[in-house]
Amino acid sequence: MGSGGGGFEKDLNMEATELRLGLPGTASSTAVTDQEPEARQARNNKRSLVDRREEEVSEDASRALPKDHDSAPSSKAQIVGWPPIRSYRKNTLQTKKTEAETSSSGIYVKVSMDGAPYLRKIDLNVYKGYSDLLKALQNMFKFTIGEYSEREGYKGSEFAPTYEDKDGDWMLVGDVPWEMFMTSCKRLRIMRGSEARGLGCAV
Amino acid sequence: MAYSFPEEVLEHVFSFIGSDRDRNAVSLVCKSWYEIERWCRRRVFVGNCYAVSPAAVVRRFPDVRSVELKGKPHFADFNLVPEGWGGYVSPWITTLARAYPWLEEIRLKRMVVTDESLELIARSFKNFKVLVLSSCEGFSTDGLAAVAANCRNLRELDLRESEVEDMSGHWLSHFPDSYTSLVSLNISCLGSEVSFSALERLVSRCPDLRSLRLNRTVPLDRLANLLRRAPQLAELGTGVYSAELRSDDFSNLVGALAGCRELRSLSGFWDVVPAYLPAVYPLCSGLTSLNLSYATIQSSELTKLISQCHSLQRLWVLDYIEDSGLEALAACCKDLRELRVFPSEPFNREGNVSLTEQGLVSVSEGCSKLQSVLYFCRQMSNAALLTIARNRPNMTRFRLCIIEPRCPDYITHEPLDTGFGAIVQHCKDLQRLSLSGLLTDRVFEYIGTYAKKLEMLSVAFAGDSDLGLHHVLSGCDSLRKLEIRDCPFGDKALLANAAKLETMRSLWMSSCSVSFGACKLLGQKMPRLNVEVIDERGHPDSRPESCPVEKLYIYRTVAGPRFDMPDFVWTMDEDSALRPS
Repeated sequence: MGSGGGGFEKDLNMEATELRLGLPGTASSTAVTDQEPEARQARNNKRSLVDRREEEVSEDASRALPKDHDSAPSSKAQIVGWPPIRSYRKNTLQTKKTEAETSSSGIYVKVSMDGAPYLRKIDLNVYKGYSDLLKALQNMFKFTIGEYSEREGYKGSEFAPTYEDKDGDWMLVGDVPWEMFMTSCKRLRIMRGSEARGLGCAV
Repeated sequence: MAYSFPEEVLEHVFSFIGSDRDRNAVSLVCKSWYEIERWCRRRVFVGNCYAVSPAAVVRRFPDVRSVELKGKPHFADFNLVPEGWGGYVSPWITTLARAYPWLEEIRLKRMVVTDESLELIARSFKNFKVLVLSSCEGFSTDGLAAVAANCRNLRELDLRESEVEDMSGHWLSHFPDSYTSLVSLNISCLGSEVSFSALERLVSRCPDLRSLRLNRTVPLDRLANLLRRAPQLAELGTGVYSAELRSDDFSNLVGALAGCRELRSLSGFWDVVPAYLPAVYPLCSGLTSLNLSYATIQSSELTKLISQCHSLQRLWVLDYIEDSGLEALAACCKDLRELRVFPSEPFNREGNVSLTEQGLVSVSEGCSKLQSVLYFCRQMSNAALLTIARNRPNMTRFRLCIIEPRCPDYITHEPLDTGFGAIVQHCKDLQRLSLSGLLTDRVFEYIGTYAKKLEMLSVAFAGDSDLGLHHVLSGCDSLRKLEIRDCPFGDKALLANAAKLETMRSLWMSSCSVSFGACKLLGQKMPRLNVEVIDERGHPDSRPESCPVEKLYIYRTVAGPRFDMPDFVWTMDEDSALRPS
């Protein structure tokens, strides 16, 4: 920029136009106090760079104290329209987050085994996949399951792991992708004997 | 004039001139060219619906076939423009319906559209072909039903990102059985279910259908059926990408997708189950556009998909992609032109993913054709910006959003002035720029000095004084749109550069320091500007003149002040008296 800018600066009378982010009641806050209380609060939550760094130093010093981060989004006053994302995007992410939160708290389902005196309960979240789950079930109930194939189900044993899905139907464990199984499984039942074989041979 | 061309010849020559700017230039040559040109102009674009009256448009251009209008300011996208501000299309439709019986295309952006207007469109234009409602609101599925029922020659119905009220009337079924001309349908923004059987029948009987963007309610197990009826599709937006697919359902889907050999663009992917992603792998090598910005899946899954898309030109994705995924993108997608990375947890102060400035640097290095960037991240450095600028002097659109306002260079703790300065200095054809992070007046000095082709600038939480604004208004020769929020810019720069505002489409300033007195003065001095004060605290007269206004929207116009304002908007005019609402 040319020298034309220099004189302009003097003419600006900077003080009059300066927007300060002081707290209400301080000398520099004339511009701020005329705003609505909500707006004022939003401004006050924006600390200056110096303040923030000081806080970081003191946080390091008090490492023993748990950091107040999980509540940070809610305790910090959200600035209207920031970050600049369209509302339909925000809404999409919101639904996904709620779903994720429920699943992280555990998907507990009852497991029954034909002939066993009482049921067990397991958290599906704990298992990485079908093999993990089946290994655990076999341990829990002391039995062996056959090998899974799409065509024939669990061949080679008299047991078949089944589950009740959201529609109330009894399905063979292993047909659908693991994530789908986790969300649709209501309870598990390890079938035994001729009933088990019948299911495995279904078309 | 014996030596000039006959009108018909000139008209024929003009028919090769498509761009609005060239057409406008042609019309200024002389009176006879003005006359000839206005009779043969077929397409009109009005970037601000309040800049000109509908009557003036139809008076000047008697035979128009295509109209495009934009309403609310861009910051309306982020809820900064209060409800009821304006942007009503109704007076336009009424005038167009009377003047242009042969109108074929209407494209609207950020406007308020009513069912009455849609019904009027459906009744008035016998050869109506294209309706695009981008980020609009105010209408329901009843209005859509009227369009479906009456527009026999409709080619394109695109509701991108509009808010539509659901009246559950099965609007899609209103397309008659005799209707077969659909080419493009985008209903991705609709929250409600559409009748699947009506959709399938519609798709079956429209052989020219090239673009189909479904909404979230269309389940994955219906997708295969739709695709088998439209193997000629070039653009597909899936519905929800999860279902309880039996294995034969899944192979059915794979087959149906593979059958769409012309597919170049994919979007949708709500609620993606990673196990079903391989269904699209066979399409990857042909894809030029991929929108995964709703796909909440991990970096490894995203990378697996993207690294197969060697022809990719446009990618929209969530920050789950992380730096590692962007490195893979840089290595595999050498034809990339546009990248948008959206934040998965925008309101979380802490980062939840490993996405930093490095991802963007990698892409700027590996993708030599990259020209358009929208990038949300939590840290940035001047060094990285300098590298990006040097790597990509061909950049034309650069929008960076560092999520924390006023965030400095994370390495040096300095402002990011020099980084953005490098961007405007190296990228000589930069048309659009959005700033973020800690910035002083210096960055605006760089912008005013170097950004000579810049047309749109977005500024938030930046600058120290009026000098910043002055640099931009006095230096940016090509500036058309300037939007500013939460910056310490006040009266002086605005008043000193009042004339500049007439060369621009619009200026938006909110939570700045422009006083009511200055607004009145500006309105007084500049009759061809509408200086709108938007203030929800009540009449500005109830506060001192030196008090800053909440929001300010200034735009050039030949239509004078508007009369459809709500009670929290006032136009400053020559009388310097407020117009009552």
